[in-house]
Amino acid sequence: MIHKNTVSVEKDNSIKVKAKLGIILFFVYLIIYAGFVFIGTVYPQVLGFKVISGLNLAYVYGMGLIVLAGVMGLIYNFFCTRFENKMNKEEEL
Amino acid sequence: MIYDVSIIAILIFIFFVVAVIGLSFYFGKKTTSASGYYAAGGQINWAVNGIAFAGDYLSAASFLGICGMIAFFGYDGYLYSVGYLAGWVVALFLVAEPLRRLGKYTFTDALDAKFDSRGIKLAASISTLVVSVFYLIPQMVGAGALVTPLLGLPHWVGVVMVGSVVIFIVATAGMTSTTYVQFIKGGLLIIFSVLLTVFVLVKGINTNPGEDYHKFISINASIENGKVTGISDASYKLLGQHNEKDQTFVKLEKEGINSWWKLNTTGAAPVLEEALSIVDTKDGKKLYNGAPKDARKFFQVGHTKKIVVDGKEVESTGPVGPFEFIRNIESSVIVRFAKKSFTFNDEKVTVFYQNPTSGTDLMKPGMYYKIDKGATFWSRLDFISLMLALFLGTSALPHILIRYYTVPSQRAARKSTIVAIFAIGFFYILTLYMGTGAMINGGLDVESSNMSAPLLAKTFGITLFSIISALAFATILGTVSGLIVAASGAVAHDLMDKYMKIQMTESQKVRNGRIAAVVVGIVAIILGILFQSQNVSFLVGLAFAIAASANLPAILMLLFWKKTTAKGISWAIGVGMLSSLLIILFSPTMYDIMGLPPDSAPIPLQNPGIISIPLGFITLVAVSLITKNKRVQESK
Repeated sequence: MIHKNTVSVEKDNSIKVKAKLGIILFFVYLIIYAGFVFIGTVYPQVLGFKVISGLNLAYVYGMGLIVLAGVMGLIYNFFCTRFENKMNKEEEL
Repeated sequence: MIYDVSIIAILIFIFFVVAVIGLSFYFGKKTTSASGYYAAGGQINWAVNGIAFAGDYLSAASFLGICGMIAFFGYDGYLYSVGYLAGWVVALFLVAEPLRRLGKYTFTDALDAKFDSRGIKLAASISTLVVSVFYLIPQMVGAGALVTPLLGLPHWVGVVMVGSVVIFIVATAGMTSTTYVQFIKGGLLIIFSVLLTVFVLVKGINTNPGEDYHKFISINASIENGKVTGISDASYKLLGQHNEKDQTFVKLEKEGINSWWKLNTTGAAPVLEEALSIVDTKDGKKLYNGAPKDARKFFQVGHTKKIVVDGKEVESTGPVGPFEFIRNIESSVIVRFAKKSFTFNDEKVTVFYQNPTSGTDLMKPGMYYKIDKGATFWSRLDFISLMLALFLGTSALPHILIRYYTVPSQRAARKSTIVAIFAIGFFYILTLYMGTGAMINGGLDVESSNMSAPLLAKTFGITLFSIISALAFATILGTVSGLIVAASGAVAHDLMDKYMKIQMTESQKVRNGRIAAVVVGIVAIILGILFQSQNVSFLVGLAFAIAASANLPAILMLLFWKKTTAKGISWAIGVGMLSSLLIILFSPTMYDIMGLPPDSAPIPLQNPGIISIPLGFITLVAVSLITKNKRVQESK
């Protein structure tokens, strides 16, 4: 039977450092995403330039943004897990 | 277009719907508490939740809308894929864990956790309701578009069917059933999209998409003083011509059937090129290529005119890899179909004529969003507005946000978001191949840009078409379920329980949530019928813009700006929501829906995000600073 309250009660000492990392990674991605929008708006013809093995910049940049989101997600999770393990363990000691 | 109904399609469709309802009924029995109904008791595994996120997110807009938009406009449709996925970065890095810490059942709970403000409760619940309803419209439109080819039923029947099934699902179950339905559906959607993409790549690019594909013909014409005076094929009779700016359309007759052709004078000699036409006759009939719809003279289109591989022109590429496919598309010429409507002898004529377009132009932005040739200030602003709304909208969608409360911990919330990014990102990469595949393999129904993915599947056989269509229908069922849970939560939990403080037992809360689900479902059915002709991805873009304008400033500033006040949040939600709704109301799209000339719309923007999102942030900062100062003065 499902009755448990979903309010989080877990104690986490790594909140601040995780938030800081999240903000840094967000701005890194934002700059790269904004670059795509900027080129599309101001120099749209550049998106048609061939950049890698006959593929144009629009394809490479668009695909790159999708792949980058996954890679940055993994990096974020790796460090967050480390922070959580380390900082919450320290308190337990 | 008229579609042949297949028994296999009907059986597969029934199987999917029964499976979804059965699953809902099974889990529905276990839901007895508000926590169970709204948040699945917070006990869902992170990996399951991640795929369920994908199931929630990969709605009709993604599968039907994006594939359709790519099939009709090339890379511009793919911009939605890029923007939708980028939005998950905001969700992961900024929103997922803090929101999990703040919340209980709904987005309103999270916003109100620090303040316990009636203003926030009211504003956030209304905003949740508005965003959910706007997101429901395209799902319903997609449902209607699917049911027509699948079961041979009218559009409105599809909308009513989805509405009724989902109302039943949500009213009997809640978040647990929705989660497992989304998990299964999300997984199946990705598997079959991979299959469809593999079929496209193995087939490669051909000038003749298939044996069943219509063979377009051209007839030589003679012209005097801009008027077509004769044609080379004696079996046709010249009936008249219509000039529209620099284009000439010619009406011919053969064996009692009228047809429309487009005059092409760019070659060595003038020729008439076969076009598709829909004519509303004076006596109230609708003729498709000169005959009633039942005569099945209207057909699927989309083919390649010229294929160049390594500098040589070929008839077919044979099987290709994913990069080779894109390279070859870029060096090919693809025949798209442009639309032109006019009146001829008191009859309303819509012609869909062949419009050969270079792959180079199709594989970069500019076909739908005018940012290159023919760009204006407003068209560029529209492009920025769309990309901004997509980027910021995801993490402000209430039906996505409530999924952070279905997992047991912050870590699980984070991990499930990453699973979602991989699943959704992979699917979005596939949309480019499915959309382009439909474009070159006769997967276009010129009447509806939402049917390209199922029609592409149809070119590979009726079984795949049936599975893909049934899956798309299940996609809609799942997404609509999630949206209705979010909307019913806004009414029953946020408004009735928290804002109006109506005393209710746990079972009364669940019952009221279910009643709210029924009402929201009925509203969605009505709107789904009204918005029938719109591209579903475009409509979802609007929902994203409203969410990003109304909700995101409140979420982000609450999490990252200490001076945020309760009034600042309430005002930001109100101003963001109203401004985005007003801009949409006075946009060319709404004018078109209301039967007014789109060019006369006072606001030439299609997407409101560029104005309404900053307005939401500015309002929050300004009101917070004003109300903060007042509080300080009062305390002195």
